[in-house]
Amino acid sequence: MTMTKTTRKIPAPTPLEDSRDFWEGAARGELMLKHCEACGRAHHYPRARCPHCFSDRTMWRQASGRGTVYSWTIMRRAPQPYTLAYVELDEGPRMLTNLVGFAPDAIEIGAAVEVVFEPTEGGPPVPMFRPAGHD
Amino acid sequence: MGAQAYISGVFEHPTRKAEGLSLAQLHADCAAGALADAGLKKGDVDGYFCASDAPGIGPLNMVDYLGLDVRHVDATEIGGASYLHHITQAQQAIADSKCNVALITGAGRPRAGAATYWLPQSPDVPDLGFEQPYGPATVALYALAAQRHMHEFGTTSEQLAWVKVAASHHAQHNPQAMLRDVVTVEDVLASPMIADPLHKLDCCVISDGGGAMIVTRPEIARSLGKPLVRVRGSGMAIKGQAGGDVDLTTTGAVKSGAAAFDEAGVRHADIKYASIYDSFTITVVMTLEDLGFCAKGKGGAFVMDGNLISGVGKLPFNTDGGGLCNNHPGGKGGMPKTIEAVRQLRGEAHPAVQVPGCDLALVHGTGGFLGSRHSSATLILERE
Ligand SMILES: [Zn+2]
Repeated sequence: MTMTKTTRKIPAPTPLEDSRDFWEGAARGELMLKHCEACGRAHHYPRARCPHCFSDRTMWRQASGRGTVYSWTIMRRAPQPYTLAYVELDEGPRMLTNLVGFAPDAIEIGAAVEVVFEPTEGGPPVPMFRPAGHD
Repeated sequence: MGAQAYISGVFEHPTRKAEGLSLAQLHADCAAGALADAGLKKGDVDGYFCASDAPGIGPLNMVDYLGLDVRHVDATEIGGASYLHHITQAQQAIADSKCNVALITGAGRPRAGAATYWLPQSPDVPDLGFEQPYGPATVALYALAAQRHMHEFGTTSEQLAWVKVAASHHAQHNPQAMLRDVVTVEDVLASPMIADPLHKLDCCVISDGGGAMIVTRPEIARSLGKPLVRVRGSGMAIKGQAGGDVDLTTTGAVKSGAAAFDEAGVRHADIKYASIYDSFTITVVMTLEDLGFCAKGKGGAFVMDGNLISGVGKLPFNTDGGGLCNNHPGGKGGMPKTIEAVRQLRGEAHPAVQVPGCDLALVHGTGGFLGSRHSSATLILERE
């Protein structure tokens, strides 16, 4: 069975001043999320200032790395097909990502997933998601 | 009702593959066409509007290239909906006495080779690192919205296909359309899957070309002897990922449409024709729901059985064939959408698709990507 493994080359993200901690966390194998001390909400992608209440009292916390598939699509015509998806993290935010390790006909909205970090071309690894309970 | 302005000239470039035509030349040819349509001369233009498909620093290079002498410019870039927004900006500038005759141009030539990259790819773009590694192709970002819409509302691929079927019925009458063959629901479903659940025929064409429009103040519009097409209402919105509160099944049309209907003071039942941005079939279904032509989640049922086909259904749409069959110049379809609405209001659409007594039309543009961040712009246009 064909697995939607990520074998394509993944362009390296450029860490910025307000996202550097995210990518340093990724290098450690930790999914880092921004939380706001003023309104109590998490957000993604990370900002220095909370996009919900605009407070600058935002803190990094490690996320559980667990979530569910919110939506997905397989880029069938790409030289190496891949699965683009939104995953709803257990902490709340929905993040754009890739799914890996799924059989194409096994992907469904609501499926439980867990984070895995995939290498990029000369940059920090990026978080992707595989079926939960993967060994 | 505040600012009064009229669309007095329109021109859609006939090319769909601009071999031998530079990008600036395309803009200029479109400008000349729209001026001729309006019965105006270049020297009458005192306001210029363009988006980032205009080469260089937009107005700086293009005002010079075109040889314009203007006292007002605007270069708002909100993707494929930019030109609808330029109409509103021109209307406001005219009301503020910043200009009398506004020229809007848009063009692109991805097929002839010189792809115009208006997408910001600078590393300073804050979302770039959180999206680019994942391969966020345009079709994939719309597919994510379609997949979720199907999950929440039971929308089907057959329903989406009806949007393409309707567009193809109109395109058969347009000699300039890229795809003129009438297709069936089965044809759409049998076309290759590009990004689940979107098939090849759920996607718009990639075309070269462009267009231009002339917006004038009332005294000038009335002096030109053309049918009077007035901007009666407009609205715009930007919708994104909201810090992670991602919602893929509604669009900014909820806000832009409500604002346009509110300003125009008309009801949905009054709209005789609609140009709906059709980058993909799902774009049309979601937009029709969010504009309020049907209940949320019922867009799939609404477009079925030819309901968008002129002379057949209740809401004739994209009678030029739209982006799905006719033209999507440079990946930005707002210009041809607006132009076809003007043709309908003037009674100048192809006789086979002309809506009888078309006195009120809606135009909706969607810029960017439903799956990440997009703009919505709605115009309600009236023939006086
Ligand atoms: Zn906050």
